[in-house]
Parts: sequence; C-alpha cells; structure tokens
Amino acid sequence: MLRVVNISKNFGNQTNALKSVSLNVNSGEFFSLLGPSGCGKTTLLRIIAGFETASTGELYWNDQRVDVIRPQSRPFNMVFQRYALFPHLTVFENVAFGLRVKRVDTRSMKDRVENALNLVGLWSQRDRLPETLSGGQAQRIALARAIVNEPKILLLDEPLSALDQKMREYMQTELRELQQRLGITFIFVTHDQEEALALSDRIGVMNDGNLEQVATPEELYERPNTHFVAHFVGSMGSIRGSAVDHQSLQLPNGQVIRGNLGRVEPGLTAEAFIRPEKVRLSKIVVGATKLSGDGLRFDRGEGVNKVRGKVLNMAFKGLHYELHLGIGPDQRLRALVPPEKMKFGISIGESVTAQFSPTDTFIFNCPSGMA
Amino acid sequence: MTRSNEEPSGELSILGYPILAWLIFFVAAPLILVVILSFLSRGEYGGIEWHLTFDNYRRVFQPIYLNIFGRSLELSTVTALLCLLIAYPVAWAMASANPKVRTFYVIALAIPFMTNLIIRVYAIKIFVGMDGPLQWFLHFLHIPFDPYALTQNTVLVFYGMVTSYLPFMVFPLYAALEKFDFLLVEAAQDLGASNFKILFGVIVPNTRVAALNSFTLVFIPCLGEFVIPDLLGGAKSMLAGNLITEQFLKVRDWPFGAALSVILIILLLGAPLVLRKIFLGSIHGVAA
Repeated sequence: MLRVVNISKNFGNQTNALKSVSLNVNSGEFFSLLGPSGCGKTTLLRIIAGFETASTGELYWNDQRVDVIRPQSRPFNMVFQRYALFPHLTVFENVAFGLRVKRVDTRSMKDRVENALNLVGLWSQRDRLPETLSGGQAQRIALARAIVNEPKILLLDEPLSALDQKMREYMQTELRELQQRLGITFIFVTHDQEEALALSDRIGVMNDGNLEQVATPEELYERPNTHFVAHFVGSMGSIRGSAVDHQSLQLPNGQVIRGNLGRVEPGLTAEAFIRPEKVRLSKIVVGATKLSGDGLRFDRGEGVNKVRGKVLNMAFKGLHYELHLGIGPDQRLRALVPPEKMKFGISIGESVTAQFSPTDTFIFNCPSGMA
Repeated sequence: MTRSNEEPSGELSILGYPILAWLIFFVAAPLILVVILSFLSRGEYGGIEWHLTFDNYRRVFQPIYLNIFGRSLELSTVTALLCLLIAYPVAWAMASANPKVRTFYVIALAIPFMTNLIIRVYAIKIFVGMDGPLQWFLHFLHIPFDPYALTQNTVLVFYGMVTSYLPFMVFPLYAALEKFDFLLVEAAQDLGASNFKILFGVIVPNTRVAALNSFTLVFIPCLGEFVIPDLLGGAKSMLAGNLITEQFLKVRDWPFGAALSVILIILLLGAPLVLRKIFLGSIHGVAA
C-alpha cells in the first residue's frame, strides 16, 4: 500500500501547489488522480516518482519511507505524457534500458524484453527507432519500457492525452486489461473525467491543490461531496440561486428548488445540479401543462422540482438527444431525451417545463469568488 | 523540415546571382589558380616558370614537411578536444540557467571574442612576459623559474588557442543542449540510471551531432592557425599555416606554397568526413 501523508508543495513564492494531501492507494488498484490542469495532480505524481521533493509530508510504501530515497531507487516506474523514449536507441534497447542499468543477465533480459513487447503487441517493431513510430505505438513502447522493470506501482502521467480519439479509446481498454493481467498498482493522472470513470477502481478528485473526494467511480457519480466534484464529474446541468434553508434554494425568478442530496447554508449563493438523464421535459401549452407522455408517471405533488426554460440547442447523439435549456441569464440545464420521446416534437426556441425529483438534485453552496 | 510550400525549382533565383558571382571570382577562380600553380616550377629569382612538374608534391611528402602537417593536426585536435571538454559543461550550465544568468554567460563569452586576436594574444604575452605581473608575482614569492621557458611554451599556445576558439564550441553546443528534451533525463532516472549512465547513455548520444559540428567548427580554422603558436610558442613550432606563408612571402617559392596549400585544403575537406565517422559511427539518421 502506498501512503501519502500530509504532502504539501510550494514552488518558490507561488501559492501552494499541494495543500497537505493525504491519500492511501491499495496494492493492485487502478487509482486515478482527476482534476483540471493546474490542480496539482501531476505535481503529486512527480513527488511520488521522486522528480519533485515535497515541501512537507511523508510518503510510505508498505511502511518503508520512500520520499527520502532517490527516484532511481524507488520501486516505481513512470509512463510520461510525451513518451520520453530515447531517440538514439531502438525499440528493443529502449525497453531493455532499465534492465541493462540493473545489470540483469543477458538471457533473462532478452526474455523479459520480449515478453513486455509481446504484451503491448509490438515485438515485431523491436528494431525500429522511436521517430519512426506512431503516437499510439510510441505510447505502448513507453508502457513496455516501464512494466519490463516489474514496478510495484506504475505511474501514468496523462499517457493518452496526446493520442487521437479512436486510439485513446483503444488504449483505455488495453490499459485496463493490462493492469488486471499484471496486478500492478496503477496511479493514473488525467483531466478527462470520462476516462477516469471508465478505467479506475477509485478516483481522487483534485482541485486547487486539495484532494476534494476519494471514491469509486459509482460513488463519485452518485454522491459528489463538494460543489467542485459535482461540477467536474459527470457533466451535470446546474442552476444557481440563493439558499433559503439547508435543503432548498430560490432562483432569481422566485421559484424554489429542493435538493435532497447535499446541504447548503441559508443566505449564501447555492447551485443545484441535476444529471441530464434525470430531467423530464414537457411542452407548455397555454392554460395547461401537458406531460410528455413518456410513460413514466410523475407525481405532480409538492416534491417535484419544476422549472421553465427555453430550448437553446438540440443535438442528436445516437442513444439520445441532448438539449440545452436556458433557464435564466447564464443558467443552463442539460437534458437527455431518448429518440422515441421526441415524437411529440420539441424544437429550438420553444418553451418547456423541466421536471426533476429532489432525490436526483444535488445542492451545494458556491465557493466564494464564484458567486 | 519544409519551410515553404513551393517545390524548389532547381533553378537559382536572381537573388542568388551575386553570391554565385562571389563564389566564382573569389573562391573557385583563386582555387583553380592555386591548383595550376602547384604543378609549375619556381623561377631562379622567385618567379614562376611554365614548366609542368610533380616535384612540388614530391617535396611535400618529405618527412620534414609531413612533420609540420602532423603538428598542425595535433594542435587542431588537442585544441578542439580541450574546447569540447570545457565547452560541454559551460553550454550545459547556459542551457539550464534562467534567462538573466544565461544573458550574462553569453555576454561574458562574447566580449573577449569581439576583441582583436592580436591584442588578445599580446595581452597574454605581456601578462607572462619579462616584466609582466606573473613573473613579478613569482619573484615576490621567491619561486625559482626560467623566464624564457615561461614566456613561450606549449601550455601557453594551447591556452591562447582555447581562449580564442572556445566561443565557436560553446555557442553551437548551447544551441543544441537548449533543445535537448530534459524529460529524457527524468525517464532515465526513473529507469534507475546513475548520473554517469545518464550523461554517457542519454545526454551525450543525443547531442553528439552538435558536438561533432562544434568540434569541426574549431578543428578547421585551427588547422591553418599560426599566429597564436608563433607569438606564444616561439619559432620552434613551425606549422602548416606559417610554412605556407613563408613559401609565398619569404622563400618566394610560390609553386611549392601552392602545393602545400592544396594538401591543406584536402585535409580541411577530408577532416569533417573522418570526424563524422568517428563521432557518429555506423548509426545514421540521428538528429541532434
């Protein structure tokens, strides 16, 4: 198990890049550090690898303190965002580099390099120079170069961000399968929340040098703990207002939204988040509200949140239509509607009512500076 | 890298004509004259006789002259090697320094470079000379020394050579190291490489093209150098440069001087090829 204990990092006179982060990563786990650029996730990874020194705090690998030893001696290996393959060495020699340095005997060195290259499916490319490889190939060589050393932890610094969409999706599957086959702990840094959700056993969401929440992808999606997590994970729509009590907020137009998930302090700015797939739409007919007839019987009681909005944008995404509803100035709600429910015809510019249950509504106070 | 989308037409643009004229009149034509001259013979009073002969080349291969060429090659090789050893760390320091410190390095290296060569060499001469500060200081400390050996010796020659040619080595090396991807150093560290292994297994192989270019840039002018060895080393070290000058100006044996020049030119053209072989070995297509 890797234990990160109260690690902080200051760069010169800059504000804290990391603010006392503590974290445990279990053996054999696929752990992701997720956050926007500049949140400190790469700094944390580089501290674990040993390329940066923490300003305060400690790092333990199975009760052995590792933040005091050189990067060369740590049982971890890194896969770099820009591959960092040695341009003067062939693919084979790149992968063999770590083993040659450790003076592994020639015979087992060759076997291990062959195994590693077979694992990423590039044994046939062993005599080529890195400059002749495609991005995806280069990244797989970088992967082979790291895992051939049988590290206890593999550190991956946004390894897929330089690849195109197709290759990225393919490599995601490869990575996940590789991790399960090898049973090595992976610490994976990414800014792509979909990627993190798809790959990880657990995710640590980082923002502004803080670890906001550590949870499984499901927990993170269903129970975000903070405003930032709700905002960053799972692309939810949101509407802003001011909190009237711990569970509800009032929109500028006077409407009140209740949320059963999360808690707000009355009087402060608050934001309600709703998963787009939980939003039901109905057309507004003069004088009466007609339900969309989606077969799902909505209780029209007090409980359901209803807001009026105007369809600003509509896009067909295959499984569903994605609609953007303008609720007020700068307030947008997203809704996903299955194609069969579009039969009654909603078009851009039309006014609709969006309904969503308080049990699907997250409410958080906005962090100061955002209001 | 392609800089323009247009296909090069193979024809020289009109803008290239002046440089072409320059090359024809001031490089090609004199060279052809020198080659022709080298096959003629010397007249009795230092003139030229139109009498074809290979005697001049036969003379060049006499041991005494081969020795002189050997010494020139040695001077160039040692100077270039010393420059490389000194310039590598300096260029490294420049490449990894912050912009302010870097500017300071550049200026510090460029200032002596902008001073006239003769003045610089005489400054060294005066410093170590008969009434110079070094001798005064040694007297003051009562350290015995030979004043003649001190003013003119091989160490001084190399000192003068290295100070004069160091910028030729530092600047191209610095330009290459600045582009060097320091991520490779981290990757090597991550794989367990020692600092020694990082230097000779990663940094040197990836900057050897730059090292070769800078080495050549120092090596070639050194081959014809004679002012510095003359002033700091005394008359005992005759070199290819002053041998040729003497043939033209003092001995007035122009055909022999021309033959010596042709050999020197062949050395100058051949040296980069040999150096390329030594530095790059058999691996091709590696960029700096």
